[in-house]
Amino acid sequence: MKQACLLLLPFVGLLWVPLYNRMDPSLFGFPFFYWYQLAWVPITSVLIWCAWKTGKRS
Amino acid sequence: MNSAPASNATGIGVFLFFFFATIFLGTTVRFWRPLFQRGQAAPTTDKNDEWGLGGRQFGAWITWFLVGGDFYTAYTVIAVPALVYSTGAYGFFALPYTIIVYPFIFAVMPRLWTIARNGGHSTAADIVRARFNSRTLELAIALSGLVAVLPYIALQLIGIRTVIEALGFSGTLPLVFAFVSLAAYTWLGGLHAPALTAFIKDVMIYIAVLAAVTIVPIHLGGYGAMFSVAARHLPPTGAGHPLGDAQVIPYATLALSSAFAAFLYPHTLTGILAAKSADTIRQNAVFLPIYTIVLGLIAMLGLMAHAAGIVTSSSSQVVPQLFLAIFPSWFAGFCFAAIAIGALVPASVMAIGAANLIMHNILPSHKNSASGARIAGFGIKVGALLCVLFLNAKFAIDLQLLGGVIILQTFPALVMGLLPLRMPAPALLLGWVIGSVSGLWLCWMDGLKPLHSVGSGGFSVAISTGLLALGINIVVTLGCSLMMRALFPSASRLTVPAEQQGE
Repeated sequence: MKQACLLLLPFVGLLWVPLYNRMDPSLFGFPFFYWYQLAWVPITSVLIWCAWKTGKRS
Repeated sequence: MNSAPASNATGIGVFLFFFFATIFLGTTVRFWRPLFQRGQAAPTTDKNDEWGLGGRQFGAWITWFLVGGDFYTAYTVIAVPALVYSTGAYGFFALPYTIIVYPFIFAVMPRLWTIARNGGHSTAADIVRARFNSRTLELAIALSGLVAVLPYIALQLIGIRTVIEALGFSGTLPLVFAFVSLAAYTWLGGLHAPALTAFIKDVMIYIAVLAAVTIVPIHLGGYGAMFSVAARHLPPTGAGHPLGDAQVIPYATLALSSAFAAFLYPHTLTGILAAKSADTIRQNAVFLPIYTIVLGLIAMLGLMAHAAGIVTSSSSQVVPQLFLAIFPSWFAGFCFAAIAIGALVPASVMAIGAANLIMHNILPSHKNSASGARIAGFGIKVGALLCVLFLNAKFAIDLQLLGGVIILQTFPALVMGLLPLRMPAPALLLGWVIGSVSGLWLCWMDGLKPLHSVGSGGFSVAISTGLLALGINIVVTLGCSLMMRALFPSASRLTVPAEQQGE
């Protein structure tokens, strides 16, 4: 169950487009739209890693 | 043939050197591979499983390079920036797509791998035949895979052709060059060739992309300036929104349908099934997203091209022209070699995946003949060459979109088949037929666009046609399953043996 939530988070964060369809605040010159999505790459890696470890323990 | 301008001679030399060095390393892999496997007896059997799945023994690193190499193709390097160049932020849907695909892989693929290993299956159609005990369904899945992968190989050939044309050659030479090198590479190397040379391609692509994303902003005064210059060249959207209102739903649905479709293709599934263990795949789901960072940077090249003042009507020339404009010619040659090798690796895995389908599922009586698989792989590439010769490049891209719609229709049998649902083969088959036909029909009606408008009157949204067809497919499959269970309660007890249902 916990595993499923971890794996579903990227879907919510990235498919709910109005959440990030804007320019501000920008970071290092990147508009929000771009850096928000790029930020999801490491976040997704970490979430999958957590799901992997959770699955191994149980 | 000598139509190249003299200033390009260095570029061409560098290109040829790297391209042929990689082909040489890839095709001689069987001779030098044992040197690196200290003491482990390398299997020397020339069986189809060895040629087609690398003996199912690829560890975490090789799987990472192999899956990354055949998922992020040369066509990605050319087409994603091309889309960004012409549409701006909308072209970035490849980014959410290549992120959400990994939780999906993590959840689904280890189970498919386990079923495939236990049953000795090497294709999606093998798995489906064993799960549902239906030869017709097996053929349906195999056919979907073949139809979907052929234009994909054609696009890789177009990718190689594009960079050779950018080096100053024209006529049929670039295409002949692309085809001959691909055929030789796959024939000799099998799956070991792309797996172990993918890393050369990755290193080269990384160097090219990192150089571009460093040099261009320095020329233009930072990323902020780059984004604002690019915005002036792009079609305007609402104030403060990178995506227009009408682009939001297409953006999300295209990302989702692409993510579902991505690993149903024969080539991507081949990369997954060749892994050593289910845990290798889980581990790879954690580390494969690193490629997505690079993809995001590659997509930026489309914006940088605007900022660097590249004006071209042929959008596939955006990246080659950008490289020629900002790099010295020797380095542009290096980058083009990276793109060409980046086409070679996935195209050969695609040909192998398709050959596996033909040998295992369409002509199962020749299952164990590796030379038969090689001939089938060669036939596939000839088919792809014909696609390039007789259809123009624009149509190849449309065909690839149709391929995405087609391959998505194998989702219920392959992925939903993992769930403890009772779906009889006839129900899945009916869903497949109706989903495929309605998907193709919608694409045809919409002028071969990947989006279809739903709704009426004042409210209508465009959603991904593939996802729409998949929805129809699932509804038909489940509805038909329920009906069959009501009509023939005894027949529905014919479920599969327990060991085939995964872990």
